[in-house]
Amino acid sequence: MKVLVAVKRVVDYKVQIRVKSDNSGVETQNVKMSVNPPDENAIEEAVKLKEQGIATETIAISIGDDKCQDVLRTSMAMGIDRSILVKSPNTLEPLAVAKTLKKIIEKEKPDLVLMGKQAIDDDSNQTGQILSALINWPQGCFVSDLKIEGQKVLISREIDEGIENLETALPAVLTCDLRLNTPRFASLPNIMKAKKKPLESIEIDSLDVDTEAKIKVLKVVEPPKRKAGIMVKDVKELVQKLKNEAKVI
Amino acid sequence: MAILVIAEHDNQNIKTSTLNTISAAQKISDEIHLIILGKGIEALVNKAKSIHVLSKVLKCDNEKLENLLPEISAPVIASVSSNYSHILAPASTFGKNLLPRISAILDITQVSDVIEIENENTFIRPIYAGNAISHVQTNQKINLLTIRPTSFEKCEDSGGDASIEDVTYVETESQTIFINREVSKSDRPELGNARVVVSGGRGLENSDNFKLLYDLADKLNAAVGASRAAVDSGYIGNECQVGQTGKMVAPDLYIAVGISGAIQHLAGMKESKVIVAINKDLEAPIFNIADYGLSSDLFQAIPEIIKELDLLNQIES
Ligand SMILES: Cc1cc2nc3c(=O)[nH]c(=O)nc-3n(C[C@H](O)[C@H](O)[C@H](O)COP(=O)(O)OP(=O)(O)OC[C@H]3O[C@@H](n4cnc5c(N)ncnc54)[C@H](O)[C@@H]3O)c2cc1C
Ligand SMILES: Nc1ncnc2c1ncn2[C@@H]1O[C@H](COP(=O)(O)O)[C@@H](O)[C@H]1O
Repeated sequence: MKVLVAVKRVVDYKVQIRVKSDNSGVETQNVKMSVNPPDENAIEEAVKLKEQGIATETIAISIGDDKCQDVLRTSMAMGIDRSILVKSPNTLEPLAVAKTLKKIIEKEKPDLVLMGKQAIDDDSNQTGQILSALINWPQGCFVSDLKIEGQKVLISREIDEGIENLETALPAVLTCDLRLNTPRFASLPNIMKAKKKPLESIEIDSLDVDTEAKIKVLKVVEPPKRKAGIMVKDVKELVQKLKNEAKVI
Repeated sequence: MAILVIAEHDNQNIKTSTLNTISAAQKISDEIHLIILGKGIEALVNKAKSIHVLSKVLKCDNEKLENLLPEISAPVIASVSSNYSHILAPASTFGKNLLPRISAILDITQVSDVIEIENENTFIRPIYAGNAISHVQTNQKINLLTIRPTSFEKCEDSGGDASIEDVTYVETESQTIFINREVSKSDRPELGNARVVVSGGRGLENSDNFKLLYDLADKLNAAVGASRAAVDSGYIGNECQVGQTGKMVAPDLYIAVGISGAIQHLAGMKESKVIVAINKDLEAPIFNIADYGLSSDLFQAIPEIIKELDLLNQIES
């Protein structure tokens, strides 16, 4: 079984982001970039499936500029076998990302696609669902537990009410929650080894997908600031304030 | 043109998130239709038709729609899409799971998690866990939006008399078998729309200690929330997680107990009207956004608050 993992390069989750002064977007120059956090869970799951003898080959794919090579090297240092970089000069909307992934899937013919449940930059939470619909494979979103038995796929997915359990079949598209597993750290020897693993580059133009942006960003602004609060000295004062000042109890 | 809102329901009741989404639709048009999919939804449809602002309720009642698998639901909704300028769904796990499939079928880019509607094609949405706010415009033939429920008041759910129309079920093959839903039952208000939320973090140390928070919640008729760390550590279920990758809440009062205030947590609660933070670490970032901060050991503070509240109640009664 072949597993494809979609990996997005995003501003690291620990970075305090800054809105650009011309309000055209968020500053991404000279800030730490990393693998989108839930995509690390997708990588970890793929590597585990390989270690368990369920997967025979694992491939990571990232769509973006040349710098996305670093997240692909990280993926391979974590244990992914090889990578594909689809080079795109522009940032793509989820629909275009999904269409690009579809082209690669037609070529690579994986049995399972693992992705993150949401990219922590645009917070769209769309790409896996769109891809599943485009290629007509079963969809499993926000997965926090996964078992694969032959062609059978058993998933637990996190929903607002609790957990939903589904049984489906390969091939499938699954999007991972952070609770699916604990991603491993890449060891130094594995980081060295990853440098020699194959990384193929493809120009997005050669794939013939519609990459035109359908949504125009007019401006990006800072969120409104909350006005400063106060420290209370004890519980009595807190309860008084909530009762008489804020009037919320 | 009319707007279509996709109903989120639990087979008995329309969820509040649907009422919030209808309010968002009102910002765009006066003609709003609601589509309800499910099995045995007669009673539900009859209730929904009295939602004040609706002119039509579309229904598709089919046993295959019982568990609302997105693969099966999306084609039904897509089949009526050409009558609408906008299709809206709540940005709940239900809406997030479903609407992008309609985006794929219609070849239209969806705008996720809208918090404000400027006009029929200009929308405002948070990005980067709410640390930036993006104003976007689209000129597609249909606008697909998921709506953040806490950003819109719920609409009146009575007083209306919408017409009812049947939608033909669209046969779709699916490999997926629904097994079950593990839903934790609670008599407390629902986290997404409670007036007061009491949330616990890693500072609670274990699930037994969460009982302290339940006691406090019961005094305040509050819902109980949690940080991701508390859920990850198994203190409480995932349905209680507040934040970027959990639920968005915006109650009148949010009390964060033993929560440090990571940006991913703040993403889910910083729109609350009044925020209280109880933390023994004066440096905890949660104090930066709290209206009232109490630097104290929670194991001391919470029982004291409960006592104070009891005193207040005695005085009042
Ligand atoms: C991609 C991504 C998404 C995430 N999504 C979310 C999300 O949706 N929601 C979320 O919450 N987090 C999320 N996180 C995790 C987030 O970054 C933090 O790790 C998490 O919020 C920390 O939880 P916490 O505040 O309970 O724990 P900690 O940061 O460990 O804080 C515990 C606090 O309790 C205080 N404390 C300890 N004992 C006591 C005591 N006896 N009395 C009083 N105070 C005490 C401590 O001083 C400390 O401030 C996400 C992380 C990532 C990477
Ligand atoms: N440019 C990209 N390259 C590779 N994978 C991506 C890209 N954009 C999105 N994805 C995948 O889609 C998931 C969901 O992203 P989103 O729909 O943007 O929230 C991410 O967690 C990734 O797995």
